[in-house]
Formats: sequence, C-alpha cells, structure tokens
Amino acid sequence: MLTSILLLLGITMMYSTPLVFGALGGVISERSGVTNIGIEGMMTMGALTAASVSFYTGNPWLGFLAAGAAGAVIALLHAIASITFNADQTISGIAINLLGPGFALFFCRLLFDNAAMTPPVKTLPKLFGENAFHGTPAESLNVDVTVLLALIATVIIWFVLYKTKWGLRIRSVGEYPAAADTLGINVTRTRYLCVLMSGVLAGFGGASMTLAIISQFNQTAISGQGFIALAAVIFGKWTPFGAYGACMLFGLAQALTVVLGGSDSSVMLPSQILAMLPYVLTIIVLVLFVGRSVAPKADGVPYEKGER
Amino acid sequence: MKKIIALLLAAAMAVSATACSSGGAASSAAGSSAAPAGDPSSAAKATYKVSMVTDTGGVNDQSFNQLSWEGLQKLKADVGADVSYTESKQEADYATNLDKAVDDQNDLIWGVGFAMGDAILNAAKANPDVRFAIVDNQYEETPSNLTAVVFRAQEPSFLVGYIAAKTTKTDKVGFVGGVKSDVIGQFEYGYKAGVAYGAKEMGKKIEVVAQYAESFVDSAKGKAIASKMFSGGCDIVFHAAGNVGTGVIEAAKEANKYAIGVDKDQAFLAPNNVLTSALKKVDKAVEEVSKEIMDGKATGGTTISLGVKEDAAGIPEEHKLMGEETYKAAVALQDQIKDGKLVPPASEDDYNTFVKNLK
Repeated sequence: MLTSILLLLGITMMYSTPLVFGALGGVISERSGVTNIGIEGMMTMGALTAASVSFYTGNPWLGFLAAGAAGAVIALLHAIASITFNADQTISGIAINLLGPGFALFFCRLLFDNAAMTPPVKTLPKLFGENAFHGTPAESLNVDVTVLLALIATVIIWFVLYKTKWGLRIRSVGEYPAAADTLGINVTRTRYLCVLMSGVLAGFGGASMTLAIISQFNQTAISGQGFIALAAVIFGKWTPFGAYGACMLFGLAQALTVVLGGSDSSVMLPSQILAMLPYVLTIIVLVLFVGRSVAPKADGVPYEKGER
Repeated sequence: MKKIIALLLAAAMAVSATACSSGGAASSAAGSSAAPAGDPSSAAKATYKVSMVTDTGGVNDQSFNQLSWEGLQKLKADVGADVSYTESKQEADYATNLDKAVDDQNDLIWGVGFAMGDAILNAAKANPDVRFAIVDNQYEETPSNLTAVVFRAQEPSFLVGYIAAKTTKTDKVGFVGGVKSDVIGQFEYGYKAGVAYGAKEMGKKIEVVAQYAESFVDSAKGKAIASKMFSGGCDIVFHAAGNVGTGVIEAAKEANKYAIGVDKDQAFLAPNNVLTSALKKVDKAVEEVSKEIMDGKATGGTTISLGVKEDAAGIPEEHKLMGEETYKAAVALQDQIKDGKLVPPASEDDYNTFVKNLK
C-alpha cells in the first residue's frame, strides 16, 4: 500500500512537470494580453535543443538553458507577429505549432546524420542523487530535479505577478492596456518580455521531457503536452498556482490509470476505460469545483495606440 | 500596412514549416522527375521501377520506413532495379504520394505501415495495372494487384519470452503494450507463451504482468508503467508499444533492470539494460517480396505471412547480457519454430490451449 502511494506521488510529479512549465509560459503570456497557443511548438523546439546541446556538450544543464533560449527565439516570432504587426494571435500560434515540430525535425536531421531522433543523451540528475533509496519504496520519491525547478518557477512567477511593481504592470497591460499606456507603461515592451519569458518556460518544459523523462528527442517526445498545458492555464484561472494545481491533478489522474491498470491489479477495468480517466476526472473537477474562469480582459486583443 | 506585413509573415512561417519538413523528399522527387513521364515506350523501359511511400515517420525513422528503404537499396544492388522513395509528412499525403508514384511509371509501389492500409487499397483499386504491396497490414479481400505482407510477431516474441524466463531472478516479468489490438496481442501472447515454456522447462512458476498504455506515443506513460512493474518485483519488461517503449527502456535504465526491445535491435538506447529485442526484419521482407513480385512468383491478391522460417523475424546475435547457454537454447528453439515443431500462439485462445498442452 505504502509503495503504491509513493509510486502514485512519484508518477504524478514526473508526469506533470513538462505541463507545469508549459502552463506557466501560458499564464505569463496571457496575463500580459497575448494569447499563446503556440506552447506545443515552443516545447518541441526546446525538447530538441535540450537533447542536442546535452549530446554535443555532455552537459545537460547547458542543454536545459539552451532549450529556454530556443523557446525564446520561437516566441520572438510570435511576439513580432502578434505585438508589432497586430496579427491574429491564434493564427500566429497555429503557425508556431506547425513551425516548431517542422524546425525540430529539420535540425534533428541536420545535426544527427539525417535521423529523426537523437541518440541517448546525458540527463539531468535526480533530486537525491543517482542511487538514493535504491531498492526501498521511497525510491519513487527520488524524482527528477526538474520537478523541484518547476515548483520554484511557479513560486517565482507568482511572486513577480502579485508582489512586485513589475507584476502589477504586466497584469494591468493584460487587463486594460490603454489605461496602462496613459500611465507611462510601455505596453509593447511589457508584452514582448512576457511572450519571450513564456517561450523560455515552454522551452524548459520541452527540456524536462527530453532531459529527464526520456533521454532522447524523437518525433513524439512532445505530443499534446502543450495543449494540455493550455487547458491547465484556463483550468487554473490564469494564476500560477492554479495552473500548477491543474497540472498536478492531470498528472495524478494519469498516475492513477497507471497504478490501477495492469493484469495484476485488483481493479479489473478495461485499459481503454482507464485511459479515459484523466479526461473524465478533469471534466468532473472543472464542473464541480472550479467554477467560472475569466480570462484577462485584453487577452488576445492586439493593442493599437490611440484606438478607442 | 501593418496587417499586410503580418499576413506575409504568417504565410512565410507556414511556408517555411512545410518547406523544411519536406527537405528529405527532394532527392526522390528530383530523381523521378528526371525520368520523362511523357513517352515511356514499353521497349525502352528496361529497368524495373520500384518505389515506396513512407508513413509519417519519414525514411530515417530508425524503424520500419528506414528498414524498408534499406531493403529496396539492397534490391537495387542485387538485381539493378530502379528504386526511389517519397516521404509523407501527414496522413493526408498518402493518397497524393501514391498517385505521384503511379504517375512516375513505377512497376511496383510499396506502402509502409498499417496506417497506410486504406490509402494503398484505394490506389490499388484505382490503378489495376500497377502492382502494390504493403508492409504490416492485411485485408479481408485483397485486390489482385496488391500483396499484403504481415509478420508472425508471436515468433520473435516467444523467443524473447523464453529468454526472459531463463534470465529472471525474481520470477516475475512484465509486458507493456501500446494500444490493445490483435496485432499487439501477437506480441503479448507469444511472449507469455515463451515465458511459460521456459518456466515449464525449469520447473518454476513465473508470473507475467501485462499492461497497455493505450497509446503509441506517450513515453512518460510507458516509463510510469514500467517503473511500477519494476517496483512491483518484475526484473524484465518487454514492450510492443512504439515510442511508449522509449519510456520503458528509460525506466529500466534508471532502475538498473532489463528491458526487451521490439521491431529492431534497440540495444543502442541502453546498451547495459536492453537484454535482447524481438526483431521484425522488414528490410529482408521488402527485398524478398519485391523479388518474388518481379519474378512473377507472387502476383498479388494474397497475404504473405513472414516469420522465423523465412528469416524475417528473430532475435539479435548480440547477447552479452544473457548467459551463453540461454542464447544457445533460444537459438535451438528458433530452429524448432523454423521446422514447424513449435507453433507459438498469437491470440489469447491459442495461448490457453498452448499452456494446457505444456502440462
């Protein structure tokens, strides 16, 4: 029993980490008024960059940082299109989602002898070192260091958004940019910064997949995590801890399907039914406990100076 | 003005996305357009033209597509056929790529992977004078110009199951499946039968835990399931789950236990933890079946089933992680399957009968 519970916790944390980074990216971008549905594309780029840099330098931490940079580069395209040129942010986001996997595959083939996947790479360390608690039930709790990083990032973003002058500016730009502008806040610059930051976080999310959960990049390394992260943003009412909780809930639901499934399980449910559990559970929680979720007022609306 | 620039930018992004992802197909497209599509007088057409259309994995997927292409290249080296490939970027490309291959005057067109099943069937019906073949799919009614090639996956699965039984120290082994289906069932029951056979031979009882991820792409779920199995006392886990298996192998690496690879030799993913692999030799299959079709031995309308006997399935020769004796015993079993003395089960019912007859 204890083993199962610890296992459940371990799997929940492993599963939710890439989602948390992606969702935090969504929160910060949307809080500043820029819809970012391109998280998936940015995560994919981050996933490839992380694996490639780790492979060539032998240093996974460099890979992790480089993934953030790669995410930011892709996010810059989104920022230019949607902030400077006032393009439709949904369309730009879709373009990013097509661009990310395309680019990732292209570079992967360029860097790795035409292969659609990287060789196994050096991964980030475990929280308590490589062989801590080996052979004990507590081994499940020796999670990847990215799990802790995701929590720290959540706290930092919460602090920045709600406890600093900066955060107040970001939120005001996302709610009512015209008012913010008249008070001397540079709307364009604030939004640029937030979208870039969102790219960095999404890149980290991709990296936590290819440098912790699996140790290589392949075409399906990121398959839908970005979209689940987007849902978590809404689920979590556009707040960092809300999004974190939503990701944890989804991770827990996945962990439950894993722990309850299998031919040796005492719960004999067909695997197809079990596979639906995360989605069903999400809907139930959404309906029963979350209630109305309101987006930042100016979310998705390009800001044009002087427009009424 | 700004909106126009924005539109152009968005368009440029979309174009570059498609442009860069189709890079690999350029060579084949260029190669085929060089051949005059206008007047291929039947007399001038000396070489047999074979083309293949990949599924969305691309030609360097280190799996089925790549192996198929290796098979065609071998065909070129052996009998001098003119070979080419076209990569599909998305499922919507299958039909157009097949049409293109028909337009390029190919004599034989291969489709790779069961995902292309319907597309190939439609192309075969629409072009009765072109021969088609497909890897890993079969039909209830196969058109007379279509050859379906399937593998008896239960045979290599049986062999790795036997090796698992001989190697396990905890007397508990695992199986992770992708999406529950008859095809993955071949792996599951072949494996279970192999374990049962090995256990019987040693007079032991070995438990097999099976679990399906209901996905072929969710590596994290594969890792979670395998971690659960390892912490639950399994020391060897076999997977037939595509990229979900990447997670299974990763879990074996972290727990310092064994995983068994599938389709190709997956030892490169974790040299110290991939015990062996259940191979489907797609390259061999594509080469041999192409030859048969070229020689007119196989015309179509049939399903060719390949396995250990045709040397189109088996286990890798590399066996440093298992005992020499175990490997030799597995090879001996392989010979028995070749001779037809041993028939591994492919479904639950066959498996139950198989186990009953063991006693």
